[in-house]
Amino acid sequence: MRSFARRFLRNLPAAAGAAWVLGMILVCALVPWLAASDPLRVGGDAFAPPGAAYWFGTDNQGRDIWSGILHGAQVSLAVGFLAAITSSSIGVAVGAAAGFHGGWVDSFLMRVTELFQIMPRFFLALIIISLFGAGIGKVIFVIGVLSWPPTARLIRAEFLTLKHRDFIEAARATGIGDLTLCFRQILPNAMAPAVVAGSLDIAQAILLEASLSFFGLGDPNLISWGTMLYNAQGYLRQGWWLSIFPGAAIFLAVLAFNLVGDGINEALNPRLRESQG
Amino acid sequence: MDGTTATLFQFVLRRALQAIPLLLGVVVVNFVIIHLAPGNPIDILVGDFPAPPEYVARLSRDFGLDRPLWEQLFLYFGRLVQGDLGFSFANRQPVLGVILDRLPATLLLSGTALVLAAVLGVALGVLSSRRPYSILDNFTSVLSLVGFSMPVFWLGQLLIMGFALELRWFPAQGMVSLRADPSGWGRMLSIAAHLILPALALSVRFLALNSRISRASMLEILRQEYIVTARAKGLSEGRIVYIHALRNSMLPIVTVIGFNFGFLLAGSALVETVFAWPGIGRLLYDSITSRDYPVIMGIFLAVCAGIIIVNLLTDIAYAYLDPRVKL
Repeated sequence: MRSFARRFLRNLPAAAGAAWVLGMILVCALVPWLAASDPLRVGGDAFAPPGAAYWFGTDNQGRDIWSGILHGAQVSLAVGFLAAITSSSIGVAVGAAAGFHGGWVDSFLMRVTELFQIMPRFFLALIIISLFGAGIGKVIFVIGVLSWPPTARLIRAEFLTLKHRDFIEAARATGIGDLTLCFRQILPNAMAPAVVAGSLDIAQAILLEASLSFFGLGDPNLISWGTMLYNAQGYLRQGWWLSIFPGAAIFLAVLAFNLVGDGINEALNPRLRESQG
Repeated sequence: MDGTTATLFQFVLRRALQAIPLLLGVVVVNFVIIHLAPGNPIDILVGDFPAPPEYVARLSRDFGLDRPLWEQLFLYFGRLVQGDLGFSFANRQPVLGVILDRLPATLLLSGTALVLAAVLGVALGVLSSRRPYSILDNFTSVLSLVGFSMPVFWLGQLLIMGFALELRWFPAQGMVSLRADPSGWGRMLSIAAHLILPALALSVRFLALNSRISRASMLEILRQEYIVTARAKGLSEGRIVYIHALRNSMLPIVTVIGFNFGFLLAGSALVETVFAWPGIGRLLYDSITSRDYPVIMGIFLAVCAGIIIVNLLTDIAYAYLDPRVKL
């Protein structure tokens, strides 16, 4: 574990990504102090450029963009983490069941996985949200439910190679039950790829939420970075700051989680780095 | 028919049969969504646009909305097989026609983006594999990171603000200028000028992907024995890289483009929305705004069918190109 942390932190991009993620989490916790004004409050100055009064300027209705960015961070992080937890849980359960059982359970689950993998997530999420109504809970649920297939495949592959190893056979010989064998013996050894997939899932979930909001399907009661860009689309001529700041916030957040995911992957498989160069 | 052709034919047939359950699955998912959505299924089948009551009555009869669910699924499937995706009252036209009208614009945009990404991506990948950790190689890695993390709709907005509004090099929105000559070269030039920025925005993610993959596969191939043999034979370095190695490193690119087709269409929808490009993606955006559900569902089915077909073609192309794949 110690050497893992050292390898991870020595990888400069990964360390920078982790620092940005921690910074975002800190900012989310401190929002009430950092952004005093309500991001949805319609103010007096429309299209005020960035300056001392409004750090990031104001939008077409005079709403404070700095405050919107900070409140949007809460939405993006909540969606990213909760959707990734949902998809990882489903993926681990499906992959473990398929890999451990084998036989018809495996073929059936893999057909379902294939179906979910082939259906375009963005379009399906758009349909579901536009039919069932917008709301952050639904967005998290939909992204989570549509993002599990890669994790399921990874975990299945790990289970297939692990279940015939000697230490598993030894554990089985002691007479422990199947569930215990799965969760106590095999799963801990199969988690590494799931953790990598999970952190990349967070990045994808943030991007997907922003895309849905950009189609006007964001939660109407919350400010989100995608919604801010959706709003900016009509006013690109009037103020660059309406688009620059929310877009940069999405970009940096997604980049940070991608860097962390790649960093974990490389720290777990030190040989990966050498073989690529 | 010789033996190889026969096995290839069998392979194609087997893969095509495997695609059928996927298509059925997509139809069932569509059907389940229509029935689970809040409100009456008829509202979803008709859309929010005011429709004549006779049409609504006929539709409930046609879809057997008073019959058991499995019969409804059967009827729904029967209509889809006949190419009947419903009628859009917002567009006053059958849904299939509405979608087909917009298809050329989407194909032009995504096709251009794919070509751009393939040419530039492979070029960058090959050049950086020649000199790992050089300035160009580092530039390529940064570009691929940026390409994966950049929201495509923000990139589109940046391009509009920079190259259309500030520098005035390209038009900001639409597909053809209203002042352009309605036929001939004037129109072609106008479309080309409108195409550059959206195609660029859409291509970046795939450019990143292609450069990463082709760099990795070039590095791997350049280490293989037949390349060593080619070197030992005294072939020129250019011939080794561009004839022997490049040809074999193209295989992963085929797969990557095929299996990322869904991403391409999703990206296209977002880019079309930013640039008011009159393709299927913009149609989807407008249909969501006007709650024209038949069109939304129709686009989803069309996109799924497109992805399944492209995946099938990718598999076949891969088997055809790589003699090592067991048919």
